[in-house]
Amino acid sequence: MRDSNRPLIGKLDRRSFLRLTGLAGGGLMLGVTAGCSENDPPPPAFTADGKPAFQPNAYIQISEDGIVIYAPSPEIGQGVKTSLPMIAAEELDAAWDDVTVVQAPIDPERFPRQVAGGSTSIPGLWMPMRQAGAVARDMLVSAAALRWEVDAGEVETRDSMAVHRPTGRTLSYRELASAAAQLPVPDPDDVPLQSPDQWTLIGKRIGGVDNRPLVTGAPLFGIDKQLPDMVHASFVKCPAAGGRVKSANLDVVKRQPGVIDAFVVEGTGVPTELLDGVAIIARDTWCAFKAREVLEVDWDESSAAADSWQAAQDRARELAGGNGPEEVVDKGNVEKALEAAATRVEGFYQYAFVSHAQLEPQNTTGWFHDGKLELWAPTQTPQSALELVARVLDLDPADVTIHQMRAGGGFGRRLMNDYVVEAAAIAMRVDGPVKLTWKREDDMAHDFYRAGGFHALRAGLDADGRVTAWDNHFISFTHDGEEPVRGGGHDGNIDPGPFVRNYRITQTLLPWQVPTGYWRAPGSNVIAFAHQGFLHELSTAAGRDHLAFMLELLGKSRWLDEGSQWALHTGRTAGVIRKAAEAAGWGRDLPEGHGLGLAFYFSHAGHVAEVAEVSVGPNRRVDVHRVTVAADVGPIVNLSGAENQVKGSVIDGLSAMLGQRVTFEAGRAQELNFHQYPLLRIPRAPEVDVHFIQSDYPPTGLGEPALPPLAPAVANAIFAATGERVRRMPLTAAGFS
Amino acid sequence: MRLKVNGRDHEVSPIREDTPLLWVLRDHLGLVGTKFGCGIAQCGACTVLLDGTPVYACQLPASALEGRDITTIEGLAGADGTLHPVQQAWIDHDVPQCGYCQAGQMLRAAALLAQNPSPSVDQVDAALAPSLCRCGTYNRIRSATLDAAAALASDATAGAAAVTGGDHA
Repeated sequence: MRDSNRPLIGKLDRRSFLRLTGLAGGGLMLGVTAGCSENDPPPPAFTADGKPAFQPNAYIQISEDGIVIYAPSPEIGQGVKTSLPMIAAEELDAAWDDVTVVQAPIDPERFPRQVAGGSTSIPGLWMPMRQAGAVARDMLVSAAALRWEVDAGEVETRDSMAVHRPTGRTLSYRELASAAAQLPVPDPDDVPLQSPDQWTLIGKRIGGVDNRPLVTGAPLFGIDKQLPDMVHASFVKCPAAGGRVKSANLDVVKRQPGVIDAFVVEGTGVPTELLDGVAIIARDTWCAFKAREVLEVDWDESSAAADSWQAAQDRARELAGGNGPEEVVDKGNVEKALEAAATRVEGFYQYAFVSHAQLEPQNTTGWFHDGKLELWAPTQTPQSALELVARVLDLDPADVTIHQMRAGGGFGRRLMNDYVVEAAAIAMRVDGPVKLTWKREDDMAHDFYRAGGFHALRAGLDADGRVTAWDNHFISFTHDGEEPVRGGGHDGNIDPGPFVRNYRITQTLLPWQVPTGYWRAPGSNVIAFAHQGFLHELSTAAGRDHLAFMLELLGKSRWLDEGSQWALHTGRTAGVIRKAAEAAGWGRDLPEGHGLGLAFYFSHAGHVAEVAEVSVGPNRRVDVHRVTVAADVGPIVNLSGAENQVKGSVIDGLSAMLGQRVTFEAGRAQELNFHQYPLLRIPRAPEVDVHFIQSDYPPTGLGEPALPPLAPAVANAIFAATGERVRRMPLTAAGFS
Repeated sequence: MRLKVNGRDHEVSPIREDTPLLWVLRDHLGLVGTKFGCGIAQCGACTVLLDGTPVYACQLPASALEGRDITTIEGLAGADGTLHPVQQAWIDHDVPQCGYCQAGQMLRAAALLAQNPSPSVDQVDAALAPSLCRCGTYNRIRSATLDAAAALASDATAGAAAVTGGDHA
């Protein structure tokens, strides 16, 4: 067992822990550092009803009413509103049924990171949540010992109560709260944490804390926000990103039924901030949407995007034969190794731009009143949103409040807060609360798309079928002529880079203006397709079994950067590959026309291997029958939520791979709704069989790492089933259906 | 104009003649459990039951629905708050991820089970195909629907009443 008490990342130091303390209910803000020095009691705190409460830190509040744990991070469907409080409840030794979870207010002063992105919630808050629970427990134990006048060493805890071991006396945490609130807050580093064998909650299957309101249709999401006398807004931007409003027939729009106002919003010209557009304010959403049909805008498109996906594909094809002008990584001597190779293999891989297509369209409700701006937003980055709104609208951040709303999906789209700024800019000009709702067409026309890209791959094998050279000419895009677009870069130090002596990635960046962004497992979700698919081409060329080939490539068990959670471990890699292969019955007899495909990827600190069983039927219809996943992300916090994330990642990966692409002409997205951009429907969803290897390494999040291996696993399975190599996504672009 | 939603009559404030039921529910009646996803009958997030049959609320002008029985997700549970077996199964299977599509999914599942108390997996798939889940909860949607069917069957055996949900049923 590794030393689980050693905080590896994200631990709270004494100062920040104190800074974070003092969360109060009822809108009462406490001066959290004032008068609070080493070993002072926590500042006085109160429940929402004004009752005194024990609140040793920002995350936990205990009163006679019960135990509240604050969920700090945005809930976008990844389950952190449940899993993060579970971590604190474990150390607190609270019975889960006694815990009420409350979404924490957005406040950078009290919460160090309120972000949903990069699968970082679990690794980033694992230790702070544990320490928050442990400190509270420690103080409750001390309070009980004082009450009983016994040594604290004789007091243990279980199910939200302190137990005096020798006598069996008990006191509930509720009963102890007021006494604990008078005690000094210990240094978190001095408080021991539970060892994994003591865990009673972590690793269990716990249902989402919002399940009851979700299944009864209670208002939870950003788009559900309602306020008295609220009006509704629609916002129309240039279909080519960056176009500016020259003029618009606002008078005609204002005469439409239900329309209250219409005005031009002048943007900053930066897509992540605020673009020009026309706001239509109406008594309901439908009136605002319908009024758009008569809106005529004269756009100044001189600085608007003029990109063409067709032209980009043609250019990439022309360039594929050579190397890129920039070297991302160059190890050994690739040219020489290729010359010396017994077998050379080449493959040109490509994939289209895709949209995030979270099901809840972008929306935010804003209300400017009493000199202050309140916003209700389903965002992945509320703290950044607050700062951005204040900066763009020239407001004091202290006068801006963001209320975190549940997000109907994120997938990386809501790392950007353009829609929050739009709503804020509109709210500044509307008397009373206003809800901005995007149409689906707005969402698809104004996404921060996952960039398309191209990989011209070459490799060499020696006479024994071992990989001696790997060369990738990566063709991506750039806004500024220097850096790859957001989410469109290539981390050179990736699988199989560390395992091939002669390894080179060169890069060509094509000019591109349409905004791009981070899409679930950015980079990895496409590079895995190219590299893990091409790796299968190599084992095939070598006449080797792919499982044996992959394991041999890894070599002996080692951590590529000892102690770094973000570095691949070959032993863990081999572990998940073996587990997935075994669980899927690798090598077994398959039904006629079926094939198995195996792929692995390491992303977001997660080691994941997947095996897909696929057949291709009439009309080249691809049927994925089953996907078997083995994942090692360290200990699992919530087994139910973790399994859900893995199943969802696989189905999302397949959905994107099968038929999703956004193409561009004259800078305009050509696919604008789900009839042109198909999401996988239930009849085509494979059963996903999930296996976790619960190692003792630090835990990581599961929103992303199970997605990248899916596409290459399916592509490799199609080859196994048909002998046809898939080098293009979506599959519909390669003639499949 | 009056609309009968979840067994209750609602007076609707003045609206455009062509206003879809979706926006009347959401913006005028405050019943926001019915979701907006695409506006073109592709995603199923706006699914409600019209006289027990699943329909896209984004496509139906509310003005044509006077006197019809409309059930939204808010009306699926019993008047006393007892969850419909489909809702209970959704909780038991911890189906939701983001949860945005689930109202539509559950209403389709409930309508299926009202018609076909013991559906096959293929029948579940066919009935729920109109509703997209972007998070990919389909495995659990399947198993929860089949579980709800089993729960309904045992309720029926036990002579339990009212399985279609809603106080209008």
